[in-house]
Amino acid sequence: MTYALETIDLKKQFGGLAVTRDLSLRIATGARHALIGPNGAGKTTVINLLTGVLRPNGGRILLEGSDITALPVHSRVLRGLSRTFQINQLYADLTPLETIGLAVSERLGHGGDWWRVLGTRADVNGEIAEHLARFHLLDVMGERTATLPYGKQRLLEIAVAIATRPRVLLLDEPAAGVPESERHDILAAVASLPRDVTVLLIEHDMDLVFSFADRISVLVNGAMLTEGAPDEVARDPRVKAVYLGEGADA
Amino acid sequence: MTAIPHEAMGRQLVAAARWRPAEWVFWLFAAATVLLFPDRYLILTEVAWLGLFALSLDLILGYAGIVSLGHAAFFGIGAYSAGLLAKHGLINEPVLALVVAGFAAAVVGFLTSFLVMRGSDLTRLMVTLAIALVLRELANRFSDITGGFDGLQGITVAPVLGLFEFDLFGKVGYIYCLSVLFLLFVLARRIVHSPFGLSLRAIRNNPLRAAAIGIPVNRRLIWIYTVAAFYAGVAGALFTQSSAIASLDVFAFDRSADLMLVLVIGGTGYLYGGLIGAAIFKLLQQEVSSLTPQYWQFWIGLVLVVIVLLGRQRIESAVTFVPRRIARLFGKEIAALPGGEAP
Repeated sequence: MTYALETIDLKKQFGGLAVTRDLSLRIATGARHALIGPNGAGKTTVINLLTGVLRPNGGRILLEGSDITALPVHSRVLRGLSRTFQINQLYADLTPLETIGLAVSERLGHGGDWWRVLGTRADVNGEIAEHLARFHLLDVMGERTATLPYGKQRLLEIAVAIATRPRVLLLDEPAAGVPESERHDILAAVASLPRDVTVLLIEHDMDLVFSFADRISVLVNGAMLTEGAPDEVARDPRVKAVYLGEGADA
Repeated sequence: MTAIPHEAMGRQLVAAARWRPAEWVFWLFAAATVLLFPDRYLILTEVAWLGLFALSLDLILGYAGIVSLGHAAFFGIGAYSAGLLAKHGLINEPVLALVVAGFAAAVVGFLTSFLVMRGSDLTRLMVTLAIALVLRELANRFSDITGGFDGLQGITVAPVLGLFEFDLFGKVGYIYCLSVLFLLFVLARRIVHSPFGLSLRAIRNNPLRAAAIGIPVNRRLIWIYTVAAFYAGVAGALFTQSSAIASLDVFAFDRSADLMLVLVIGGTGYLYGGLIGAAIFKLLQQEVSSLTPQYWQFWIGLVLVVIVLLGRQRIESAVTFVPRRIARLFGKEIAALPGGEAP
C-alpha cells in the first residue's frame, strides 16, 4: 500500500544527541493523523525533517510513494507537502491578498513571472477569492498582515498553507496562543479542511487531538512509543505514564 | 454568502501597481529640468546616473533584503566596459555599448551571486566588499588594459543612435542619461509589481515562510542580484560616457558606501528612494563643499557614524521620517480602496 506520507527508519542527531531515533511513521491517504508527545519528544524536529528544513542522518521520507529525502523545502511544497507553523511565520509588510496571491502564483507556475502585474490573471484571482472567503479574511484582505488581530493572523497562517493546494498538510499546533474568543474560528477552519487533504496534526491540546484525529502516534524521546486509534491510545497505560510524567522529560 | 468577488481581488492588486499622480508630477518635473536648469547639466547628469545606481541597490536591498558594501564592483565593470568599447572603437554607438556594458556587469553579478547567497548579513557585507576590492586590484594590476592609476585616457563617445552628438554643455548627455534612467525605472517598476517582485518582498520579510509556500529562495535572489548588477553596470557606463573618463575610483569603497547613504537618505523599498536620495545627496555635496571644501568628508563621516550607532531600523524611522511621508505619496503603502470596491 502507498501511504500519503511515510518515513522509514528516520534518524537525526545533533552532535551526540539522538533526537529522532529510527522513526517509521505511516500516514494513510485522507487520514486525520495526530502526532503527540511530551515536551522535548522531538515533534518539531520531525516536522523539520519532513519539510526539508533539516536533513536526516539516516532513513528515508516518501511522499505518495516517491522519495523526497533529498529535495529542498520549496520542491516538497510544489509536490504537495505543506505546513503551518506553531509560531506565525507571515509576511509582516504584505497584505493577506498579496500573501495568498503569491502562494497561488507559485503553485500555478507564475511565481517567476517578472512582467505581468499580479492580479491580471483570472485563474489566480479566482483562487485567491476562494481562499480568503473560506478563511474569513475578505474584510481584512487589504491590510498589512502585521496589523491584523492574532486570530486573523492564525487563520492566514492556515490559509496560506492551503493556498499551496497540499495533498498532505502538517498542522503545527494550529490553536497555539489563540485567545478563547477567537479559538472557535480556528477550530472550525481546521475541522472544515478538505477531506482529500491528508492532515498530520502536531498538538499539545488533548481535547483538540481527540476531537480531530482518527489515528494517533505517540512520540517519546525521539522514538515511536505506540500508534493506534484514539481510544486504544487513550487506554494505553504507557501513554498515561508518559503524560503523568513518569520517565518522561516533560 | 455573497458572490465571490474575484474581480475585486484583481482590481485591488492591480491598483497597487497603478501610476499615481505624484509619480506623474515627479517625472514631468524631471523632464522639465532640461529646460529649467540649462546651466546645471553636469550635476543633473551626475544625479541621473547616481539615481540609477541607487535604484540598482534598492532592488536588492529594499526589495530582496540583500545588503552590499561592494556595489561599486558592477558600476566599475560597466564603466570600464563602456570606456574600453569606445576607446578601441569596438562598439561606437553609445546605446549598444551601454547594453553590452550592462550585460558584462550582469555576468559578473551572476557569477558572484553564489558567493553572496552564502551566510548572513555580516558575511554578505564582507563578501561584497571583498569582491569590489579584488576587482579594483585587478584593474590596477592590468594597467596596460585599464590605464591603471591614470585611468582610461582618450575616450571619445560617438553620437547617440548616430544622431545626437554630445555637446560641450552636456545637454545631450543629460537627456540621454535621464532617458535611460526613465526606461530602466519603468522596467524596475514592472518587475517589483510582478509575482517575481512580490516574492522578493516575501523573502525579505520571512525566508522561512517563503520557502514553505514553494518559492525557490536562492534562485530568486540570484536573479535579482544579476538584474541589479545589470542596472549598476549601465549606471557605470553612463558615468563613463557622460564624463569620458574611467579610473580606478569607479571601484572605490567610498562609492559603495556613498550609495548606501543615498538610499538611507531617500528610503528603501519604493524605487523613488534612490532617485530622491541621489538628488539630495548631490545637492548637499555641492552646497556643503562650496561652503567648506575641506570639511565635506567630515560630514560624510559623521553621517556614517550616526548610521552605525543607530542602526538601519532606527535610521529608517528617524532620518527617513520625511521621505516616508513622501514615499506614501508614491504608493509604498497600500492605499485604501476607492469607495465601492471593497466587498
